[in-house]
Amino acid sequence: MRRFGIINLTALVLGLAFLYLPIAILVINSFNDSRLVTVWSGASLRWYRELANDAAMLDAASISFRIALLSATAATVLGTLAAVALTRGRRFRGRLMFSGMVYAPLVMPEVITGLSLLLLFVAIDVDRGFWTITIAHTTLTLCVVTVVVQSRLATFDHSLEEAALDLGCPPLRTFFTVTLPLIWPAVASGWMLAFALSFDDLVIASFVAGPGATTLPMRVYSEVRLGVRPEINAVCTIMMAVVAAGLIITALITRRSPRREAAALGARV
Amino acid sequence: MKDAQHRHWTTRIAILVPYAWLVAFFLLPFLMVLKISVSLTAVAQPPYLPQFDPVAGWEGAKDFFSALSLDSYLTLFTDALYVWSYWKSLQVAAVSTAILLLIGYPVAYGLARVPRRWQGALMLLVVLPFWTSFLIRVYAWVNILQHDGLLNRALLALRIVDQPVSWLATDYAVYIGIVYSYFPFMVLPLYAALEKMDHTLLEAAADLGAPPWRTFLSVTIPLSLPGFVAGSLLCFIPITGEFVVPDLLGSSSTSMIGQILWLEFFSNRDWPVASALAVVLLAILMTPILIYRQREARHLERL
Repeated sequence: MRRFGIINLTALVLGLAFLYLPIAILVINSFNDSRLVTVWSGASLRWYRELANDAAMLDAASISFRIALLSATAATVLGTLAAVALTRGRRFRGRLMFSGMVYAPLVMPEVITGLSLLLLFVAIDVDRGFWTITIAHTTLTLCVVTVVVQSRLATFDHSLEEAALDLGCPPLRTFFTVTLPLIWPAVASGWMLAFALSFDDLVIASFVAGPGATTLPMRVYSEVRLGVRPEINAVCTIMMAVVAAGLIITALITRRSPRREAAALGARV
Repeated sequence: MKDAQHRHWTTRIAILVPYAWLVAFFLLPFLMVLKISVSLTAVAQPPYLPQFDPVAGWEGAKDFFSALSLDSYLTLFTDALYVWSYWKSLQVAAVSTAILLLIGYPVAYGLARVPRRWQGALMLLVVLPFWTSFLIRVYAWVNILQHDGLLNRALLALRIVDQPVSWLATDYAVYIGIVYSYFPFMVLPLYAALEKMDHTLLEAAADLGAPPWRTFLSVTIPLSLPGFVAGSLLCFIPITGEFVVPDLLGSSSTSMIGQILWLEFFSNRDWPVASALAVVLLAILMTPILIYRQREARHLERL
């Protein structure tokens, strides 16, 4: 029997309050009409309207969105391949280094990843901007996709794949008709997670972005450094709403809570 | 297995493509950091010397290698500022990880004990902030901790203080921000370990007459040890290099190594010193990173 006492309940309630109170305050403040964020002077959508006229912010949002879309998709393809390689190709030369390169970026401090990629881009003398950020985000998030997909690949029934192969189905076709339909909830979660990570990243983007591209977090950061502003509360509320909506939709489509992935990953965002 | 002998070309591609990507954009960049950490600052574009010139051939290579220097490392170890920052970062990471363990454990424990039908929804609630931006979560605390923010107004209203307290730009704010941001990273692995725990073991302990606290200490805690280790590593390693939290919530005297690196790079444009800082930080974190990698690889292999 599981016992669920008053102590457990208190711990949970306090823990969740700790997690959500600051976010709730931010969301409520974004609807505050007053410019002074600490004085409540009635509900309004004023800051959202001002946001709609802030061309620089909208531009940054559109760049971030496109980078996230592209890098999450590329990372999902590469990460799924890597996961297949790590589970299927049990032994191959350089496997140790491969798995090392897959897991290390998950915990690597962002300043190191950002700095090292920038130095590479400078050395090969490419124009920094949209594409360098996309490449950097792909590298960072492909590792996340790999871990998520790998945990799914490791638990599913291999006899199905073997049956298809034994019946003469070529490996590529087996992958698309048997493996992929079975692992796609993990692939979808991996894509979502990669999208969220890319959309949120500040440190790595700041390093590898040239003067040509400013992402939404970079823009928000430069505003936040100057202090609390109601428009920023509104931007943050929208960013959170987008991610939360995506997460809930993924959970509904795949009929599978993201907790498995998150627990397997237990990793960084 | 048969495909171990004659591996199909599709498997080869599955290995080669991501492998090549990671070598190009993960390994190679590190070699660049290593190289520039032994270069010298220069007023040039890019701002370091020597530049490797493949056209110059062997002579060029000789010039290149003789121009390398360990000056940046020397600066790092002789300037008290850097040494102190490393120390400060490790200290902040250690204290935050300890706090996270203390407050994360009861929450993970409660979560693992919730009736099954609620567990999914509650886990979603814990995971959700983990998907929202780091920057936003830190910024949310700027709202609360600022001079006329909610915390000060609450404290004044409750007459706990009679003057607003400056929370921002203190170590307290940095700890609050870090603990808040990394909370899910600690709770999730702990929950994963506690959830898997075999409850008959607890019953056995109780049947044999162990009081609940004894059962907790000698059964529950040892069984959740893997979660302890995973959670601590997931928090400790990135916190050591943390930039956003100390930058937005801390004072200039809480300079953690991530901030120093950022400053050297962006403000001082001293790329060699920034690279040397990264190399030394990596060397310090190598042990925990290797432990993490080993664990993760073993964990997935066992699944």
